[in-house]
Amino acid sequence: MQTAPFFVIAIMDKPFIELKNITKHFGDTVANDSVSLDIYRGEILSVLGENGSGKTTLMNMLAGIYYQTSGGFSFDGSPVEIRSPKDAIDLGVGMVHQHFKLVEVFTALENIILGLPGDKKPAQAQEELRVLCEKYGFHLDPNKKVYNMSVSEKQTVEILKILYRGAEVLILDEPTAVLTPQETDALFAVLRNMKADGRAVVIITHKLHEVMAVSDRVAIMRRGRLINTVPTRETSPDELTEMMVGRRVSLELERPPVENRQLRLAVKNLSVSGIDGPNALKNLSFEAFSGEILGVAGISGSGQKELCEAIAGLCAAKDGSIVFYPQSGGETELTGLSPKEIRRLGVSSAFVPEDRLGVGLAPGMDIVDNVTLKRHRQGRGMLLNRTSPRALAEKIVEELQVVTPGLTTPVRLLSGGNLQKVLVGREISENPELLVTAYPVRGLDINSSYQIYDLLNAQKKRGAAVIFIGEDLDVLLELADRIMVLSGGELAGILDAKGATKNEVGLLMTAGGHREASV
Amino acid sequence: MTREPLVRIAKRADAAPTAAWAIRIAAIVAALLFGGLIILLLGHNPFAVYPVMFAGALGNSPAFRETVKISIPLLGAAVAIAPAFKMRFWNIGAEGQIMAGAIAASYFALYWYDKVPQPVLWLIMFLAGALAGGLWGLIPAFFRAKWGTNETLFTLMLNYVALQFELYMQNGPWKDPRGTGFPKIPMFNDAARLPKLLGVHIGWIIVLVFVAVMFIYLRYTKDGYEIAVVGESERTAQYAGISVTQVTLKSMAISGAVSGAVGFLVVSGANYTLSDQSAGGVGFTAIAVAWLSKLNPIAMVAIAFFLAILSKGSNTIQTAFEIPKSAAEVLTGIILFFMLACEFFVEYKLIFRKKSGGAAI
Repeated sequence: MQTAPFFVIAIMDKPFIELKNITKHFGDTVANDSVSLDIYRGEILSVLGENGSGKTTLMNMLAGIYYQTSGGFSFDGSPVEIRSPKDAIDLGVGMVHQHFKLVEVFTALENIILGLPGDKKPAQAQEELRVLCEKYGFHLDPNKKVYNMSVSEKQTVEILKILYRGAEVLILDEPTAVLTPQETDALFAVLRNMKADGRAVVIITHKLHEVMAVSDRVAIMRRGRLINTVPTRETSPDELTEMMVGRRVSLELERPPVENRQLRLAVKNLSVSGIDGPNALKNLSFEAFSGEILGVAGISGSGQKELCEAIAGLCAAKDGSIVFYPQSGGETELTGLSPKEIRRLGVSSAFVPEDRLGVGLAPGMDIVDNVTLKRHRQGRGMLLNRTSPRALAEKIVEELQVVTPGLTTPVRLLSGGNLQKVLVGREISENPELLVTAYPVRGLDINSSYQIYDLLNAQKKRGAAVIFIGEDLDVLLELADRIMVLSGGELAGILDAKGATKNEVGLLMTAGGHREASV
Repeated sequence: MTREPLVRIAKRADAAPTAAWAIRIAAIVAALLFGGLIILLLGHNPFAVYPVMFAGALGNSPAFRETVKISIPLLGAAVAIAPAFKMRFWNIGAEGQIMAGAIAASYFALYWYDKVPQPVLWLIMFLAGALAGGLWGLIPAFFRAKWGTNETLFTLMLNYVALQFELYMQNGPWKDPRGTGFPKIPMFNDAARLPKLLGVHIGWIIVLVFVAVMFIYLRYTKDGYEIAVVGESERTAQYAGISVTQVTLKSMAISGAVSGAVGFLVVSGANYTLSDQSAGGVGFTAIAVAWLSKLNPIAMVAIAFFLAILSKGSNTIQTAFEIPKSAAEVLTGIILFFMLACEFFVEYKLIFRKKSGGAAI
């Protein structure tokens, strides 16, 4: 469905979609509290908010994934009910979720026409797809299988899938989380083309610089409420942060100087098989030093997970060696040891895994029992000692300001930030000489994130060797001392963080030659 | 266009315990009402049948003792299942583990009764039962730990292996020569029978000891903690330096051993012989007991006793009212079904479309 440009302009001042007093409860939790928001044709609207502020829930209702507790939607002035994703698609709403929903063994074209009436010849569909790509500036091979695609190509397929169904409004949930800076720019160019074509684009995000870069208006959400809607050109990152968090926050990160730098960990020619293939890590060599934060950058799935797990003993190395150099002197070979054996050897290392509830914590257990984890075999006899873990749990809750109804609440009921504080608190409680953290601030609000950064800096100052696997390049550049960039499981380069630029890191992220930057 | 959905399911906000108990009591009332309808359809008066049913289970001391006797293996098997279920190892093989224990204990009852003093014989039978049951539980655990086989199917299949082995012994090597051709195993010598205390064989004390030990084991020991972590997440267990293989093997050995000991109690305390009915479905009913008690051994005492009341009560109404066995079992089935189903309503609620709702275009 195409609309003539003059008509677009004529209706610009009338909202295309109106969200009226949308409220959504999940049990006791109020995810959205009477949110009213207008979406116009021919604009890019950012929905900005911290994790858990209800921005994705709100858009999920528009896309027919959830049904509101109260309130309703209007399209071009007429009230409508959206009970299912199909209703939403029929109304011209399309959403690209954070986790892609594609059939891996199908080609791009097959995924795009999947579920549509079969009255079109593939050649005809392919031609229509080519026209779409040309119009908006996508680069896509329609016959490439999804499992051969990079993350950004998959995202392209998702967007085209929606456009092919004639979507008038496109909702993207955290679209840049998995993209390199270059890929992000390409995506934004496409979004601007769609806007020029009179479609509405909504991007859900918590990244301020993206809001500033691409959107026309910003809707700021906090704790389920819509705080304000402002034109982008009339606001600033500081003002947006204040509305998002509810008070002024300093976004400065400190980088204390490196002191007493000693070799702690040497990884040589490490190769690891992953779930996705035989070569999750290939021939990786690097060193980590005490008193230093080594940042690790890379597109997700470039071998970060396998690197952490190989150091922690959770997955076996196919080749190469991992050697730990304790402060007290000597060296300990970690290659091929299980976590149990590493612990028994007295290696002072800690690991904050990416999957907090699935690996780092026992979700149904309370804080005390989760703090007991790893030290539960301590003490003599058959009985479990819960006294000292209880004291430690109390200390963690107090010092890291964990918000919890009590020490006996199952940790799965805690919010992401509090969960992470329990996990990090436990891991640093034994003053590890080596601390590996994988995406330690993922899903955390700004305040908790900065608390975690402070904790990492404190560990660095204490003399720990910190390996910090991150996804926000701005943070990596400010916090880390050196940045190791992984690409397709290989070392793409190690940079001094002080002089490095985001562009440099971004280029290295795709340098492996296994994938091409596209969109 | 479309209207608001007619019914939606929503998770209850952490319901107060009183509300949860109100739902459970409502479920039992609903079950009795529904069961009453069935009794009416069968041509009987529910107000006559229900009292007889409960009197038949609790009304006098012989009936009460019989009910306790029914609950002993049920409680024992539920306790046995607890450590396995706690680590999310779906052991539905208690039936076979009981049978394995019963067969092993019976060997010593049949052939050693005159070789050793009575207390020693009891001890040997107990240990033989526990060992055989433990081994029977270890087999699926070993294959799961080593090759990731499906424990549900594996434990289920081993039930039939144990049962068929018993039938072989019954029809062959252990067949009673005085059975006039009828394939049965001889009654045990008095030496191999368990004594009674307060009118019921001392198995009830042994099972209560199991309850206490299992409660402490699961809640206060290092092993119990490891079992719980493995149940929560195997990846977390590995990460924390817990050997999932060792925990799996150890817990299933314990689970099977308790079941095997229950098998000894059944043959030596209740039946004084071994038959293909020795386990009699107890291993399966115990799953319901374990589940309804949320794997808490103390709660299992009450639940197992309640199910024993239903079982004994349904026996009574069969004879008193000539209600067919199958119909009486339907009645107990309904009550169980309501009890299990109400756990869904403890966690979720249904939201119906409001009369005015659903603005249509």
